[in-house]
Amino acid sequence: MFISKFSQLGARVVEHLTREPSISVSRSPYLYAVRHRNLQSLMQERFFSTTDKAINEGCKEKQKISVTFVGDGGEETTIKVPVGMSMLEAAHENDIELEGACEGSLACSTCHVIVMDMDYYNKLEDPTDEENDMLDLAFGLTETSRLGCQVIASPELDGLRLALPAATRNFAVDGYKPKPH
Amino acid sequence: MLLQFRGESDGNYYGKQRYNGYEYAAPQNQDYGGAAAAYGALGMGHQLMGCIYRALSKLFLRRSYSSFSSHPLRVCVVGSGPAGFYTAEKMLKAHQNAEVDIVDRLPTPFGLVRSGVAPDHPETKIVTNQFSRVAHNDRFSYIGNVTLGSSISLSELRDLYHVVVLAYGAESDRAFGVPGEGLSGIHSAREFVWWYNGHPDCSNLAPDLKSSDTAVVLGQGNVALDVARLLLRPTMELATTDIASSALAALNESSIRKVYLVGRRGPVQAACTAKELREILGIKDLYIHIRNVDLLTTSSDEEEMKSSRIRRRVYELLSKAASSETSGPSPGQRELHFVFFRKPDKFVESDEKSGHVAGVQLEKTVLREDEGTGIQTAVGTGQFDELSCGLVLKSIGYKSVPVDGLPFDHHKGIVPNAMGRVLSDNAEDTIQFERGLYVSGWLKRGPTGIVATNLYCAEETVASITEDVKKGDIISTNTLARPGKNGLLHVLDNRNVKVVPFSSWEKIDNEEKRLGSLVGKPREKLRSWNELLRVAMS
Repeated sequence: MFISKFSQLGARVVEHLTREPSISVSRSPYLYAVRHRNLQSLMQERFFSTTDKAINEGCKEKQKISVTFVGDGGEETTIKVPVGMSMLEAAHENDIELEGACEGSLACSTCHVIVMDMDYYNKLEDPTDEENDMLDLAFGLTETSRLGCQVIASPELDGLRLALPAATRNFAVDGYKPKPH
Repeated sequence: MLLQFRGESDGNYYGKQRYNGYEYAAPQNQDYGGAAAAYGALGMGHQLMGCIYRALSKLFLRRSYSSFSSHPLRVCVVGSGPAGFYTAEKMLKAHQNAEVDIVDRLPTPFGLVRSGVAPDHPETKIVTNQFSRVAHNDRFSYIGNVTLGSSISLSELRDLYHVVVLAYGAESDRAFGVPGEGLSGIHSAREFVWWYNGHPDCSNLAPDLKSSDTAVVLGQGNVALDVARLLLRPTMELATTDIASSALAALNESSIRKVYLVGRRGPVQAACTAKELREILGIKDLYIHIRNVDLLTTSSDEEEMKSSRIRRRVYELLSKAASSETSGPSPGQRELHFVFFRKPDKFVESDEKSGHVAGVQLEKTVLREDEGTGIQTAVGTGQFDELSCGLVLKSIGYKSVPVDGLPFDHHKGIVPNAMGRVLSDNAEDTIQFERGLYVSGWLKRGPTGIVATNLYCAEETVASITEDVKKGDIISTNTLARPGKNGLLHVLDNRNVKVVPFSSWEKIDNEEKRLGSLVGKPREKLRSWNELLRVAMS
């Protein structure tokens, strides 16, 4: 639990580090992803070097979690996501159709996902004001909506299910509710 | 006669050709070669050309029928902003046989992402990476410096392509229609935004930022907040953005210290979003004034907030800002005043400087609920007050401009449409669509929403096109082959229109980035038509 919190914190720190100079950057998503991951694994290595070897081994197995994306037609895609990676990056690496107009810089709401299980939603850190500002503008906002770029894989999120909002339908009708599973 | 035209086309079209920087292989199918040649070579009236084209299509119909399914679906999108590019992207994805061309009247793509999004919002511009990836698709072409209505008419485009999607947005402004609106010192926010963003049509705007310390911004939407922020934000913070250098210099010398943001209705109805509001409220060392009495809410206001998360959050931000307000501005401190429940009654002319604005007379308003719609609208009370100022920016909405041959709803300022399908003008009782003609973006739904709104808007239009293609409405036996890009370029070449392909935009892009790197900016925009075209054609 402590480990997971730590790595989550690490991810946030890294995010801030990478986001800070964004005023003059328009970086490619790939570059961003690579930099993000390298720093992330560096943080983890540092931590693991000071922990008991057995725990270390156990955690390494858990470094990928299982996440299921549910499309607007109900079709499911389950992927393995390395701890520390955002759902936006994970979706793009696996050809899942999740828009990411601002490439994870919290300037749009196109990577809107709906956490299908309230228990999982509650495991996430609360959205920041900035994320909420963007969620204001998301189509088909629900109680458990988040931005995919702000949901970072961590061990306790293993088994997470995310619904992709039905864009076209929501354009006309607000208040889309995820199907119960 | 007809065959003779075709013979000419054989000479013109086979082998590789270059038109305005485009190099392309000769069309594999001869059918449209003749039509395109007929278009260009003879320079005859559009109507006649259309006739000839249709006759040619019919003539060669039988031969190409066998290749019906493999025929490219030729699509032209007018306008290269988010609505245009999202439409192109979705079309390319949904139709593997689609060839999509975007024409734009500017030599630069991306519409308001380039000329609308504020220079201090670089994150919002990242979407151009995605659009540039679309632009490199083999089935896509960007054709800049082409104006619908003068370089090419709508009916010509419709003859050249199976599908035409108009996504050229809203390039004009709504007006108040009150006395004095034509005084100098009054600009639309659009012009002001184009000016600081280096749009070639407004690079010479030269707004007067020196003769007064006060500006009035009429409107409280995000554009209003953008222009207010640009006026109030320390210019040092703007120096590292892609703001036009002329605008940066003018803002550096600006004497404006006080900005009034005026809205007809109250803080619950303010049209801005939380992000932009949070940003302006967070400007360093800025005195913010909101009258507490304006923050009182009625039961109708409470209802509005209950049903809209964004209205609630905007109201909360304003309340918080009001409660943390200090007793008054310190000397020299910049000031932002939110003025609610006021609408302009007239603009007041200066006594000293003839023809120049010196203030705005405002009428107090109250909210009245429309019984039909339940929407609270502002109604004048007959009480007036005045704000003195030397600059007025009107930010009450953009307006689309129609072109010849396009059905247009002048009241709503949009093209009448159903899910993006353009409705015919003559449709009285029966609904009739303009075949192959669609709209997307602001021209379709009015000038509201954010970049992402166009994503859903484009999806809807593309879904309509897809449905019509499946029904056989688009590529029917009469319209099997269309000349598409080659035909268009041929027509433009004959009219001496110098088109700017995406590769030439990339020259502009590189040059702007190079110039920017010399002064510590992400780019230094080329601001005149001449410069833009010179670099593009280099």
